[in-house]
Amino acid sequence: MDLRYTDEEQDFRHQLRAWLETVLRDVGPEPDRHDWPARRAYDTSWQRQLFEAGYAGINWPAEFGGRGATPTEHLIFLEETERSGAPYVGMNFVGLLHAGPTLIVEADDTQKDAHLAPILKGDHIWCQGFSEPNAGSDLASLSCRAFRDGDDYVITGQKIWTSFAHVADYCEMLVRTDTDVPKHQGISWLIMDMQSPGIDIRPLRTMEGSAEFCEMFLDEVRVPASNRVGDENDGWRVAMTTLSFERGTAFVSEMLQTMELCRELAQLATTITSKAATAWDDVGLRRDLGRVSAELDALWALTKRNISEATRTGLVGAGGSVFKLAYTDLRHRLGDIALHLLGRASLSIDDVGELATGAHIQGRIHGLSMTIAAGTTQVQKNIISERLLGLPKEPSMTRAKHT
Amino acid sequence: MDFWLTDDQVGLQDGIKTFLDGRFPLEVTAAREETGQVIDPGGWRELAEMGVFSLLRDGFDMRASVVAFEQLGRALVPGPVVTTFLAAAYLDGAADGSQIIGHLEPEHEFTVLEHGDQIDAALLFDDGRLSLIPATAISTRALGRPLDALSPVSTVDINIEIDPSNDTLAQGPAAEQAYMRGVLLTAAMQVGLSAAALDLANDYAKNREQFGRPIGSFQAVKHLLAEMMTKAEVARCAVHAAACALDGASNDPAVRPVSVAKTIAGDAALFCGKTGIQVHGGMGFTWEVHAQRYWKRAVVLDNSFGNADHHATAVANTLVTRKERN
Repeated sequence: MDLRYTDEEQDFRHQLRAWLETVLRDVGPEPDRHDWPARRAYDTSWQRQLFEAGYAGINWPAEFGGRGATPTEHLIFLEETERSGAPYVGMNFVGLLHAGPTLIVEADDTQKDAHLAPILKGDHIWCQGFSEPNAGSDLASLSCRAFRDGDDYVITGQKIWTSFAHVADYCEMLVRTDTDVPKHQGISWLIMDMQSPGIDIRPLRTMEGSAEFCEMFLDEVRVPASNRVGDENDGWRVAMTTLSFERGTAFVSEMLQTMELCRELAQLATTITSKAATAWDDVGLRRDLGRVSAELDALWALTKRNISEATRTGLVGAGGSVFKLAYTDLRHRLGDIALHLLGRASLSIDDVGELATGAHIQGRIHGLSMTIAAGTTQVQKNIISERLLGLPKEPSMTRAKHT
Repeated sequence: MDFWLTDDQVGLQDGIKTFLDGRFPLEVTAAREETGQVIDPGGWRELAEMGVFSLLRDGFDMRASVVAFEQLGRALVPGPVVTTFLAAAYLDGAADGSQIIGHLEPEHEFTVLEHGDQIDAALLFDDGRLSLIPATAISTRALGRPLDALSPVSTVDINIEIDPSNDTLAQGPAAEQAYMRGVLLTAAMQVGLSAAALDLANDYAKNREQFGRPIGSFQAVKHLLAEMMTKAEVARCAVHAAACALDGASNDPAVRPVSVAKTIAGDAALFCGKTGIQVHGGMGFTWEVHAQRYWKRAVVLDNSFGNADHHATAVANTLVTRKERN
């Protein structure tokens, strides 16, 4: 049990830090949130720079063009890119962290040749067509239908929460190819070209006011059967392989940002004055924020434990769901402390006066999504209690046929 | 970086657990409640023979020590194990189990002392100094109804005469380090307690049936257990990280991680204690079922070496840099 980095790990960090210092001088500021072409250009050109320097696909196996870094090196990569203010993975997220890893494990050689390198180079942006209006937590009940017609599948249905669909080149699609079997057994995983006729994309405006997500309507969209990854009706298993790629690093950048947000909120409290005392003189506030700050440190330790476990066994065990549950709950509490502290300044997402209040309100809103996205808090608690604690399942429709 | 138990640490953990399962099963420990002698002197010597008080003397580090003390917390071993461990750095009698060393924690103008009738002396951390106060110098008055029947208590007149030339064990950084060790070992016990409360409740939820099925199949119940597990696991990570810091196996200085550990582990133990009772329903409120014992000890441990509020405030104070106010 040792939290210190080895000499090799520190060497990796120092080389990366030196590279970042040089290259970031020429990286401009992030484009406006709503300027989609500019955002795509920004994200993909950063990805290209990572590729040329050998940092693209940090966690991908070397034989598929990645760096083949250890989980600890991946942690260091995320720490250093965050601390240096480097661009985020952005639109490359689905390709690098979801579709790409799935293709590495499940795709045939033709599919790998066509898609892996363009993802690493930033040439192809991917989106994810999994969730549907009637298939959220119960994803396996999805009903977007694909019929076989000659060498093609013909897809009709609807997808939701498809991030960056309006700028993406490809979509990893889950479609229903059989309705006469239990719901998990009638799903297939397809590569869909986003230029195909019949795709209608509408931005989905979230409560944050922006539209990173889209709804996608599919009307007889033709996808070649050669774009199917894995066997027909085996798509659920194919989709789940992505989970086995997680090495405990999924929330590292997030965590570092939240730690910074917490420090900034404390500092802000020392500057908010009322009747000769600062807000920070309130011991109740200090206790509350101290607890959040303590828990962030504890979760940082949990992150390192998860990464260490992944290094030893190749997988993150119980710690993954535990982390998600605790971290997202913490985001709510930190956000509520911010609302409480800022009072009427909470009514604005822009900074109020001289005080840097806006980031805390934006953070509060964003926190509301975190206990929902990628498995709600309630689903996480089911996973922990059923898979980790061995409690019996509620009578469910798991085995029921799709209707 | 490898933040995972070593094989040696797992071996130590299993060895102590096996010993405690055999020698300190909770039904045997609970049978000593209200006997006037909750600490079994023979058992105390066996703990010493296992080496739990002399781990540092025997070449183990704080990482090994938190692993061992997590098990002591899990078993609800009664008695001042943490302060006896700390005193063992200076006193052979503490290390070999012939002496029981308690803890004087002044608060306001009185203090409540645990195990006043069975201790030989008590540690006092005060003003950067660690002192050893002989039991004969402490005037106590037993309180008839302790919150935790396994932690008998008495009030103490705080105006104790300290003779620095005789009583001082350590000063300055050495005293500070001993204090941090005490904080962290208490946190380790809180982690063990949390895990044990969870195990008991989890077992009950699987076996207790209502409405024709195990209550643990209801989300309303199973989600409570998921929350208990989450708090216990996160707290364990905080304790291990602080142990690394105290051992120099971390790039962070130890003060903040130690307070982090006591905050998180204290909250976890109180939560797991009370939630364990809730999962047991009416049976949780009985004397017979052990669920109550975990919560009661959680209150005792939270009030030792600074409670969670105290340490949370200490953590908060590391967040800001500002000028001293006049």
